[in-house]
Amino acid sequence: MTTSANGLPRWADIGLLPLINVTLALGAAGLIVAAIGENPLNAIRIMVAGALGGPEGIGYTLYYATNFVFAGLAVAVAFHAGLFNIGGEGQAYIGGLGVGLAMLALDRHLPFAALFPLGLVLSMAFGAAWAFVPAYLQAHRGSHVVITTIMFNFLAAALMVYLLVNVFIAPGSMTPESRKFADAAALPMVHDLLAAIGITMPFTPLNLSLGVALLACVAVWGFLWHTPWGYEIRVVGQSEKAAVYAGIRPKRVIVAAMCLSGALAGLIGLNEIMGVHHRLFLNFVAGAGFTGIAVSLMGRNHPFGIVLAALLFGAIQQGGAELSFDVPNITREMVVVIQGLMILFSGALAYMARPLLEGLFALRGEARA
Amino acid sequence: MALSSPEGSRPPAIELLGIDKRFGAVQANRAVSMRVPRGSVTGIVGENGAGKSTLMSILYGFYRADAGEIRIDGRRVEIASSQDAIAAGIGMVHQHFMLVETFSVLENVMLGAEGGAMLAAGAEATRAELARLDREYGLRVDPDAIVGDLPVGDQQRVEILKALCRGAEILILDEPTGVLTPQETDQLFRILATLRARGTTILLITHKLREIMAATDLVFVMRGGEVVAERKTAETTAEELAELMVGRKVRFAVEKSARAGGEALLVARDLTVVDERGVKTLDHASFELRAGEIVGVAGVSGNGQSELLEVLSGIRAPTSGTLRLLGREVDAARPCGPDAMRALGLAHVPEDRHRLGMVGAFAAAESAILGYQRDPAYCGAVAIDNAEVARRAGLLMERFDVRPRAPGLRSAAFSGGNQQKLILARELAREPRIVLAGQPTRGLDIGAIEFVHRRLIERRDAGAAVLLVSAELDEILSLSDRILVMFEGRIVGELPAAEADERKLGLLMANVRPEIAA
Repeated sequence: MTTSANGLPRWADIGLLPLINVTLALGAAGLIVAAIGENPLNAIRIMVAGALGGPEGIGYTLYYATNFVFAGLAVAVAFHAGLFNIGGEGQAYIGGLGVGLAMLALDRHLPFAALFPLGLVLSMAFGAAWAFVPAYLQAHRGSHVVITTIMFNFLAAALMVYLLVNVFIAPGSMTPESRKFADAAALPMVHDLLAAIGITMPFTPLNLSLGVALLACVAVWGFLWHTPWGYEIRVVGQSEKAAVYAGIRPKRVIVAAMCLSGALAGLIGLNEIMGVHHRLFLNFVAGAGFTGIAVSLMGRNHPFGIVLAALLFGAIQQGGAELSFDVPNITREMVVVIQGLMILFSGALAYMARPLLEGLFALRGEARA
Repeated sequence: MALSSPEGSRPPAIELLGIDKRFGAVQANRAVSMRVPRGSVTGIVGENGAGKSTLMSILYGFYRADAGEIRIDGRRVEIASSQDAIAAGIGMVHQHFMLVETFSVLENVMLGAEGGAMLAAGAEATRAELARLDREYGLRVDPDAIVGDLPVGDQQRVEILKALCRGAEILILDEPTGVLTPQETDQLFRILATLRARGTTILLITHKLREIMAATDLVFVMRGGEVVAERKTAETTAEELAELMVGRKVRFAVEKSARAGGEALLVARDLTVVDERGVKTLDHASFELRAGEIVGVAGVSGNGQSELLEVLSGIRAPTSGTLRLLGREVDAARPCGPDAMRALGLAHVPEDRHRLGMVGAFAAAESAILGYQRDPAYCGAVAIDNAEVARRAGLLMERFDVRPRAPGLRSAAFSGGNQQKLILARELAREPRIVLAGQPTRGLDIGAIEFVHRRLIERRDAGAAVLLVSAELDEILSLSDRILVMFEGRIVGELPAAEADERKLGLLMANVRPEIAA
């Protein structure tokens, strides 16, 4: 009957609650930092200064955030179709393979204007293809996509090791990586672009992929909420029975949504291979695909929220790197712990503070009444 | 029925004094006071949204009242949780059962009262208690049966047993008959009578007036969050209660002119469905739907009506048999999906409106295009014009009196009646030639039922063929021009509405041939 959910105002739900969770995570991280004998406040200051205190830090933060936006969008699209795509890591890896193959084959023959769209399309196509098999198995055979996408992460890792060690390795080299691409196969770096208009910025890996990421956000938002396909994906995600009733074919929608998800994850490959490293090598995804799960969760599976969450995780990644550099006692592993706490508090424990906050708002409501 | 003990000799079992409860802008309960005498069956009636469920949730500790007090047996009690309610001797049987389907009856009854770390002792005590309740009240259920295997009526009995095993002397039943067959309903009322005779106080929440008249001693009528009347059941009539509930005169009979069917819009020949388990759920069903008639499908739930709707609406392809509708042939080799069916001019008001008819998490405007999401009126080659969708939803809500008129509000936030009006609006707005209506008034209050009926008759008068599947015989009898009766997937009877009555249909539904029964 007439019951309104004992809810929070919207701003508190999407603004205040995540902020509280982040604060809690930082508090817990501070305790750990204190436990190994370092000053937590000092650590936070180094992290914030490292991530946001200057053009170099900001450049790195945005570069990491670019990957997290792609990964977060990938998780969100699948999530809206009721699917949990844990395979972003592998899809990104294979997406990078697609870019790498194209560049190795054509970088000496085509100009940038042709190589860029080629890399864009192939990163997405390879990511989508890597997601297609789990998607097909989920839709038509009922194999759970969580299980299969995890397995495909391992397959992707093994495949890349094989290819790099046996196929792409530069002749005479001892490291499993391909030759460097020609200059025509490199995305413009942001510091170069800024230099062209007279602004000096130190070198950072930030490149044109940031623009691709922002466009992807707008595209995903438009797709999910302003097209019939997005509508159908969301219906399937909410209720397969309602979808069938509405004449939607859930199997097709599941496959399509997963492929789109994989395509978005594949764009991480564009950022890493064509944007930064200009060669193929091992483990260039470096966990970004998994971080995307937390980014999407924290961003409420909405592109706008994903941008904010990606910025936060980018800042932690960059600030953490600075921290381990400045304070030898805090190792890289320690930074991973802080990241893990962030994911724990904003992902798994996202609703822990909710009842308390609801109680406070109820009290405030009563005081007003 | 007379009260078993004269009023006033003991304090009332439940006394509510000035209960107020507000949710945001909605005053769900306003100064509600009622005295429920010990050992009575007391009914609370009211339309959806009248505040009955809120009141019971307060009594059972789900919500705290903003003001007012609760007295049990004359003593003031604070009920902050369902544990408090159980301690005060209150048991609740919910509309949707709170049972673990894969557990046995015994395990379900023990749940939450296991009596220690080891189950054996508690199990023995519970088993003995169940045997006692069987002896004293005739509440027989096999303690070792798996709950999921039991018929719905027996599952409800398990809920009642659960409450009694916890020492409940006050039993609240929230819409207990919504899921029961007529026979199961009779059984339930016999159980309630036995419980009352042994001193249990029963609160019956319902909007079915016939049940109030049949089962209660005393009735409170709620409207708009307030108690508007208290009546001894023996001194009132269903008509008076209906008027009090709605706040105006209500006509029970549906006004409609007699109609002869026109051309056949849908012809089904030997439609058969064998489901995933290999069970023949629809068995050589053959019939016609003609323009300008309402054909009622009567039958005990689960005798193939749902599968019939699935096949006709395109959700499921027939295993064998043919369907010809609106110029199209459909059979196993040439299936026709729900989208294609809609394009032909077939509308489907589904039985399960929550899971099929709409998407609870979507805005009402989005639910209002479910199944029509590619209508060129608002869907271009690439984009849906959301402003146009919202504008059209607003118009539909206006025309079909959906309240509140908020196209942006989550579909799940509307009351059942308003959700159904929204679905009806979506399905009827495009003037379909064939309308499939599955349980279109289930769970609705009188005002909404009247509305739904009027709209279906309107469609019929405009020349559409309407197939009405309903568990309510009254509804079938009053709306239909022709009635089909289903039993075990077969159509076992077909008769003009004028020749049908409840007894005839009842015999057909049980597949007892009138000539044999006579």
